[in-house]
Amino acid sequence: MKNILFITLLFPFAVLAADADYTLVLKDHRFSPSELIVPSGKKITLLIVNQDTTPEEFDSHALNREKMIAANGSIKLYIGPLDSGRYPFVGEFHEATAQGTIIAR
Amino acid sequence: MFATAIIVFREVLEASIIIGIIAAATRNVAGSRRWLFAGLLAGLFGAGIIALFTEVIGALASGLGQEILNASVLGIAVLMLAWHNIWMSSHGAALAANARSAGYEIRDGRRACSVLFLIVGLAVLREGSETVLFIYGIAASEGGGRSSMMLGGMVGMLLGIATGYTIYAGLLRVSLRWFFSATSILVLMLAAGMASQAAHFLIQADLLPSLGAPLWDSSAMLPQNGLPGMLLHSLVGYDDRPAVMQLVFFVAVLLTITLGMKWAARPQRINTQS
Repeated sequence: MKNILFITLLFPFAVLAADADYTLVLKDHRFSPSELIVPSGKKITLLIVNQDTTPEEFDSHALNREKMIAANGSIKLYIGPLDSGRYPFVGEFHEATAQGTIIAR
Repeated sequence: MFATAIIVFREVLEASIIIGIIAAATRNVAGSRRWLFAGLLAGLFGAGIIALFTEVIGALASGLGQEILNASVLGIAVLMLAWHNIWMSSHGAALAANARSAGYEIRDGRRACSVLFLIVGLAVLREGSETVLFIYGIAASEGGGRSSMMLGGMVGMLLGIATGYTIYAGLLRVSLRWFFSATSILVLMLAAGMASQAAHFLIQADLLPSLGAPLWDSSAMLPQNGLPGMLLHSLVGYDDRPAVMQLVFFVAVLLTITLGMKWAARPQRINTQS
């Protein structure tokens, strides 16, 4: 495990927001916007900002993505290229409220 | 409470199944229990550290630290499981029959035990850090329902451990004749499934092409978040919408380990060491 940490430490820190195409904000365990329209057939970069004081796991079986977001942290996620359609996602730790859909068209 | 139980169950399940299978597979390796337990403790400790540094890890490698860490942990686990299975196919038959040649058993057995330590440690590390974060989130949240959520977490954890134990106890009931094949097939599938998961993280990080995704969509028939889907995910890396690359990894690891085992189990035993 030490080795893995060491290897990952070798990668430089980088600015997260710089190259994101779309941004989702998580606050009070709700995503906004809860519906995000993106172009189909194109790879996009999504920035997800967690403004809550608890960690969350972004999870979407439809998109085949899962990623932890630290409290007050943010993550970058590559998605697509997607076929036209609806792709629901949730914050797994607060699934009752943290829901949204990515709509590709 | 119910939702909490399911989340914790899902996280604990995979590590628990891996430990159950490995514990059964190595029941005759001297000292294996101690090493398994040590791996469990080290994994829990590591999970705490990872959880503590989630944000730092996430920000590494242009925000892809989490995927790279997960893929690396899975990759190492695949290598260890491969080594374990190949080692067992040259020594396992003797071990299962209560081997007479205790000499190399202890020498090579120690190496096998440190591999066990790593396999268990890595499994707990990976699944545990998410559980720690989740439980921390509950503990840090305000308002009512906290104790019932904690209770749910405990229930989920116990159910996860019980599932792993059931697999362990079930494997011990398999007759000696089939035991070795049964455990090595399970370990083989675990390794291939983990390779597919590693590919999933590398695709998510955009470090590997997906080669087309999804390859199929069986989410209506066998959803990955249902109980059978969850079990299959832990056992063989089942994915209800996999990418082609995931299948490539799965098959490549499956074939490589199978060939390695065939090679190790070849009749003339000139070179029996690992």
